[in-house]
Amino acid sequence: MESPQDIPAVQELVRAQSRIRVRGGGSKSALAAEANVSLAGLSGMVQYDASEFTFTALAGTPVREVAEQLARHGQYLPFEPPLADDGATLGGTVAAGLSGSARYRYGGVRDFLLGVRLVDGRGELVRGGGNVVKNVAGFDLPKLMVGSLGRFGVVVELSFKVFPAPERTSTILAEFGHLDTAMAAVDRMATSPFDLMCLDVEPPNRLWIRIGGIGDALHARLARLTSLLEMSDARIGMFADDAEIWQDVSQFRWARENANLVKIPLVPSEVPRLEARIARWNGEVTRRYGVGGTVAYLAWSEPTVREGLESTLAAAHRSSLALWGDWPDPRLGPSTDNAMSDRLAAALDPQGKFAIAAAVAAPPGS
Amino acid sequence: MPFNELLSDLAALYPSDRLLTAAAQIMPYESDGLTAFRGRPSGVVLPVTADEVVETVRLCHRHDVPFMARGSGTSLSGGSVPVPDGLVIGLNRLNRILRYDPLHRVAVVEPGVINLRVSEHVAADGLYYAPDPSSGPVCTIGGNVAFNSGGVHCLKYGMTANHVLGLKCVLPDGEVVTLGGESLETVGPDLIGMFAGSEGLFGIALEITLRLLPRPEVYRTFLAAYDTLSAAGDAVSMVVASGLLPGAMEIMDRLAIDAAEAAVNAGYPADAQAVFLVELEGPREEVAAEEVRLMKLLDDSGATEIRVAKDDAERLTFWKGRKSAFSAVGRLSPDFIVQDGVVPRSRLGEALGEIERLSQEFGIRVANVFHAGDGNLHPLIMYDGRVAGALENAERLAGEILRLCIRMGGSITGEHGVGLEKRAYLGEMYEAADTRTMFAIRDAIDPKSLANRGKMLPDAEAPALASHGAHPLEQQGVISRM
Repeated sequence: MESPQDIPAVQELVRAQSRIRVRGGGSKSALAAEANVSLAGLSGMVQYDASEFTFTALAGTPVREVAEQLARHGQYLPFEPPLADDGATLGGTVAAGLSGSARYRYGGVRDFLLGVRLVDGRGELVRGGGNVVKNVAGFDLPKLMVGSLGRFGVVVELSFKVFPAPERTSTILAEFGHLDTAMAAVDRMATSPFDLMCLDVEPPNRLWIRIGGIGDALHARLARLTSLLEMSDARIGMFADDAEIWQDVSQFRWARENANLVKIPLVPSEVPRLEARIARWNGEVTRRYGVGGTVAYLAWSEPTVREGLESTLAAAHRSSLALWGDWPDPRLGPSTDNAMSDRLAAALDPQGKFAIAAAVAAPPGS
Repeated sequence: MPFNELLSDLAALYPSDRLLTAAAQIMPYESDGLTAFRGRPSGVVLPVTADEVVETVRLCHRHDVPFMARGSGTSLSGGSVPVPDGLVIGLNRLNRILRYDPLHRVAVVEPGVINLRVSEHVAADGLYYAPDPSSGPVCTIGGNVAFNSGGVHCLKYGMTANHVLGLKCVLPDGEVVTLGGESLETVGPDLIGMFAGSEGLFGIALEITLRLLPRPEVYRTFLAAYDTLSAAGDAVSMVVASGLLPGAMEIMDRLAIDAAEAAVNAGYPADAQAVFLVELEGPREEVAAEEVRLMKLLDDSGATEIRVAKDDAERLTFWKGRKSAFSAVGRLSPDFIVQDGVVPRSRLGEALGEIERLSQEFGIRVANVFHAGDGNLHPLIMYDGRVAGALENAERLAGEILRLCIRMGGSITGEHGVGLEKRAYLGEMYEAADTRTMFAIRDAIDPKSLANRGKMLPDAEAPALASHGAHPLEQQGVISRM
């Protein structure tokens, strides 16, 4: 494993090697498996001016470090990057395209990334975007990096915008008689102007709802929200001290016992159908639906589940991503590659150095 | 002639009333919202189906004829000035809302759908489409996607790209790709984000899946007047530092206020040197609590007058002055150029001081209206196109303002795009390796450089700069330049 300590060293590596797969903190084991370069050494804040509400940091910077610095100024990354306690880095979060439950309110990692510097397949250092909050000059390379799994280059530096953190937060746990009533409540919440931070579904029948804002207003907002939920016969629990609840969600604490974790984007109406399909694995698969039922996270250990899941994804035309586990290729279901991504890869990586799960194995000793 | 060969193929595809080649028919397509540029296409087609668009692109590719997709032609960067001797593909007739799902808050639309029509279509369900460029009543979603258009609410809600979930598009060689889907979440590279803002260089969006938001329960709109522009700028910094996140924050200087008053009589304070508009929005309890803080803050900021819109009608009046400021400048000057460079928010005051200095140095009046919350300037550079050299002089001043934005670590464009107008400055904002990469990307997507050739990347001959007065729609106050 190579471990460059500065940007020129990354360029050097890319020029010298025929194959480059990068890892950050290794918090998403399925994505770090084939890595031969670690960016852990490329870490630290490059620029943070709290009055600008933007920062620039090296790609290997742990998101936890960033969150701590931002918190000192009452600021936060509103998409709350997951797996911070496992050492998730900014670069890894962008490459995986991973956002937390709070992306429900203001958007995901794609919506907060302003600029990148990356080393392309020729070893050239290229900048895309900028570090001001608004910029449409040139192609939007930063967005292309989101979810790209390193296919287009080695991202070495990133700029984000941040928001003021909510003064106080509070969480409601609503327990319904059945998944269908819970999902109906999701639809009602999602079309309401309640301005929720998080709206997660915990099967079979629970909703986790978080709101944040000015302390003085929180009580009245909660009262209105609970009365609406009670109309759908939900049993309500309230958590004023909710930081740990969401930290656990961010860490996928509910899935920790399992070897495999997979992310499946979907629409809320597919949740009951997916639940029905999962039922045949007799409780082997634990799961949670985040962001108003627009993403499913499935976790399991039993090896036989994998095959069934792959055919389920193919049948449902759902491209997915493995986050934990040992997979020959973490990209599951129908391929997201198309003529546009192929051409972009040819432009940025003409020799195919960054190809994901290439047929050739990583060189020995890496 | 490749165009003549293309023409005979197009004649088989289009009836004569949708294939325009006569000079008088083509003339309306020669320019866009940036009227200083014109280009004469060889023809214009008006497809009514996505299949016709795809087939047209394929034919252009076969015959090596450059093409440009056009919506309502409101681009302010010359982005929809035709490629000379190329084909214009007018998309206004592709204006159907194909699907609307209120429960899951998505609408699938064709590219010719008017921006504001989306919000109107979904309003009954308490939803709206957030991006609100000032040209919203006429500009199209396809154009918004091509230029990643902004508006006054970007601070909190982002640009067009942040509200597009899925795209079906035709690449410049006629290959059709589907990007994204209907979910907020995705896996795979964010190709939608890459396509949005590519200024037509990656092809044409055929179907666009938009994310809709619940309309905020309450809006509270404030107008604060200041004795100096810098005091208004300081007020913005105070609001930002306070932890409040308003939906919009806008500043107008004296000259812009004069123009707005002359045009729409918004009733802005008569003696103020600057007006600061700020809008809170959200659940009613939250907005009520925020309002208390904002009022105290504005009181402490040295405002000479503070007004709160008492109802929706007054709120719209506040905004009307702001949104019409640009067309209103036509009352102060026969011609003007508007730029949309961005500076770091904390350096707004410095940037405005420098623009004032440049204005004096060039002897050219500059009015300022800007999205203060995100450092997005909009200097209106006034000139008289009938005076020899006046346009060129105004363009030089505009260029100096762009360089100022670059020096301060900002951007040459926050929302209008590079288009034709700012191509020369792209290479000043980015390093050589960065622009080389942009060319490599364009060449890989479109090796023949057929799609909107000559925009964004400075590699083709630009149509000549010439003064033509304001856009007809702008003269009528229908569109404005933000």
